[in-house]
Amino acid sequence: MKKAFWLAGAAVLALAQPASAGDTIKIGFVSTFSGPTAVIGNDMRNSFELALDHLGRKMGGKPVEVIYEDDGQKPDVGKQKTEKLIQSDKVDFIAGYIWSNVLLASLKTAVDSKTFLISANAGPSQLAGELCSPYVFSTSWQNDQTPQAVGTYMNQKGVKSVFLIGPNYAAGKDMLAGVKSTFKGQVVGEEYTVWPSQLDFSAELTKAKNSKAESIFVFYPGAAGVQFLNQYAQAGIKAQIPLYTAFTIDELSLPLQKENALGVPGAQQWVNDLPNAENKKFVEDYRKKFTGLRPTFYGAQSYDAANLINSAVVAVKGDTSKKDEMKAEMEKANFKSVRGPFKYGNNHIPIQNFYLQDVVKDADGQLALKTVATIVKDDQDRFADKCPMKK
Amino acid sequence: MLVLVEQSLNGLQFGLLLFLLAAGLTLVFGIMDFVNLAHGSLYMMGAYFAATFVAWTNSFILGILLALGATLLLGIALEFIALRHLYGRDHLDQVLATFGLILFFNDAVRLIWGPAGLSLPLPAWLTVPVQIVPGVFYPAYRLSIIVVALAVAALLYIVVMRTRIGMLIRAGASNREMIGALGINIKLLFTLVFGLGAALAGLAGLMQAPILTVQIGMGENILILAFVIIVIGGIGSIRGAFMAAIFVGMIDTLGRAFLPDLLRMVLSSAAASTAAPALSSMLIYLLMAIVLVVRPEGLFPAAKR
Repeated sequence: MKKAFWLAGAAVLALAQPASAGDTIKIGFVSTFSGPTAVIGNDMRNSFELALDHLGRKMGGKPVEVIYEDDGQKPDVGKQKTEKLIQSDKVDFIAGYIWSNVLLASLKTAVDSKTFLISANAGPSQLAGELCSPYVFSTSWQNDQTPQAVGTYMNQKGVKSVFLIGPNYAAGKDMLAGVKSTFKGQVVGEEYTVWPSQLDFSAELTKAKNSKAESIFVFYPGAAGVQFLNQYAQAGIKAQIPLYTAFTIDELSLPLQKENALGVPGAQQWVNDLPNAENKKFVEDYRKKFTGLRPTFYGAQSYDAANLINSAVVAVKGDTSKKDEMKAEMEKANFKSVRGPFKYGNNHIPIQNFYLQDVVKDADGQLALKTVATIVKDDQDRFADKCPMKK
Repeated sequence: MLVLVEQSLNGLQFGLLLFLLAAGLTLVFGIMDFVNLAHGSLYMMGAYFAATFVAWTNSFILGILLALGATLLLGIALEFIALRHLYGRDHLDQVLATFGLILFFNDAVRLIWGPAGLSLPLPAWLTVPVQIVPGVFYPAYRLSIIVVALAVAALLYIVVMRTRIGMLIRAGASNREMIGALGINIKLLFTLVFGLGAALAGLAGLMQAPILTVQIGMGENILILAFVIIVIGGIGSIRGAFMAAIFVGMIDTLGRAFLPDLLRMVLSSAAASTAAPALSSMLIYLLMAIVLVVRPEGLFPAAKR
C-alpha cells in the first residue's frame, strides 16, 4: 500500500515536471478561436501549421510542439492564457495576438519572464515606443503605418477632406491617428464606435454624409468590416462619397462583402499576389491544403512568425537557453518573408513597403484582392525614437 | 434639422427592430412565466434560415417567407420537445436549461453552416436610397424595416386586443390557473404563444441580417437589450415593450449621434471622442436603473395577477 502511494507520488511528480529543455521546441500561440472573429484565428493557425509543414515540423533538428490557446477576443482571457503558456507550459516562444488590447494586457507577463513574444498582427503604438522590449518582435506592423500609407495615397489622389470612423479601442485610436498624421487635407469629423458590440453604424454614416466630407476613412477588422460596407452601400453613400480603408477588406471578409467591396482601396504590407517565390509557394500550398480558403495578411504574418522563430532556433542549433544569440539573429530578419525582404528597426518593428490594394474581378469572375502600386517604400513607424532600445 | 430627422429615423428603425425581439420575449416571459435565454438563438436561426433559403430559391421575398415559417416550426418543436418540461420548475432551472440551448444552437450552426458566417444580399430594388422629405435620403431597406415592424406591431395589437385567441392570451397573463380550470387547452395555447414569439424573433433576425452579417452568437448582444426593454416596459406588456423599444432605440442612436458634439463643448476633442461612445452605451442602462427606482413594475405594467 505504502509502496503504491510512493509510486503514485512519483508518477505525479514526473507528470508535473516540464519537458526538460532541449527535447522539443515549445511554442505557445494565442489567438481568437471562438466567437465571430474565430475565422481570423483559424487562418492564423492554418498558416502557422503550413509553415511548420514546410519546415518539416522541426526547428534546429528538434521537433516542434505548438499549444494553441483561445483569447475569446478578451484582454483578461488573453492575459490568463499567456500566463498559463509561460508559467505552466514553459514555452520557448509565444506568438499570435490579433488584438492590440489583448497584446497590451499580455505583454508584461512575457517580458518579465524573458520569453520571446512574436506579434503576428497587433501593433499598438506603445509596443513600438515606450513599451518596446528586447524580447518582443513583430512580423506585422505598427498600427499607424498602414493608415499612414492610406493617408499618403489620399494626398496623391488629391482628396481635400475626410471623415474618420473607427472602433473605440487601442488599435482604432492608432489607426485614426495614423491617417491624420499623413493626410494633408482637412479632417472634418472623427467618430468612435463601441467595440466590439456596436454593429449598426447608421448614426455615424448619417453624420459622415451630412459633414460634406469628400471621403470617408474607416478601420473595421473582421465581421464589423462586412457590416460597415453593407450599410455604407445600402445608405447609397457609395455613389457619393468614396471610401478608403485599412484592414477592413481581406480574403475572409471579401466573400461576404461581395460587390460592396468592389473598387474600395486599402493599404497593406502583404497582398496575396506579391510576386516573390516564397509568397507563391505559401499561397498555392495554403489553397491546396485548406481547400476553399484563401490566406489573409493575418495568415501571411503568422507564416512569417514561424519562419522568424525557426531562424533563431537554427542559429543556436536548438539550444533555446541562448537568448542573446537568438535575439541577435532575429534582429537580422534573416528569413524569406512572404512580403519580400524587410529590416527590423531598433524597436523590432519591420521597416517595410506598403502597397495599394484594390478589389477586382479575377480571371474566373471571382472577387480578389490585387496589388496596384507601392505607396511607400521602407517605411519606419513614427514611434521608433520613443523606444529606449537603440541600434 | 434634416440631420435630426434622419437620425430619428435611424433610432426609430433600431427601436422597432428591438421591439420585434422584445415582443416575443415579453409574451413568453409574461404569459408563460418562462425565462427564455435562447430567444437570441431563435433570432440567429431566423437569419441563418433566411440566408439559406434566399440563396436556394433565388428570391428574397420567398426565401424570407420560408425562413419565417421555418423559425415558427422550430419554435413549436423546441417548446414541444424541451421547454414544456420546464414550466413547473423555478426560474433558475429555466435559465440554466435555456443557456444550454444557446450553446447547443451555436454549435449546431457551426456544424451545419461552418464558422465563417453567411451574408444575405439585398435585391437591387431595396438598395436604393429613397427621398422622404426634400433633402433627406433614407436607405430603402431601413425604411422597409420600419414599415414591416409597424405593420407587425399593429397586427399584434389587433390579435391580442380584438380576437378570441388574444383574449385567451391576456387571460393567461393575468391568471393561468383560472383559464385552465375553465377548460381552455392551456398547453396548446402556450405552444402557440411560444411559436409566435419564435417567429417574431426570427423576423427580427432575418430583417437585421442584410444590415449585419449572419454569424454565430449574433443574438447574444442584442438579447441583453431585449431584456432591458421588457424590464423598462413592464414584463408581459406588449404596449410597454413597444414604447420601451422605441425609447431605447432613440436614446441609443441619438446618444451616439449627438453626445460627442455636446461633450466637445466641455471636454477636449480627443477626450470627448473617447468618452462619448462609452457614455452613450451607458445611457440605456441608466434609463433602466431610473425606471427600476421610480416604477419597479415598469412603465406600462401588464394587468395585475
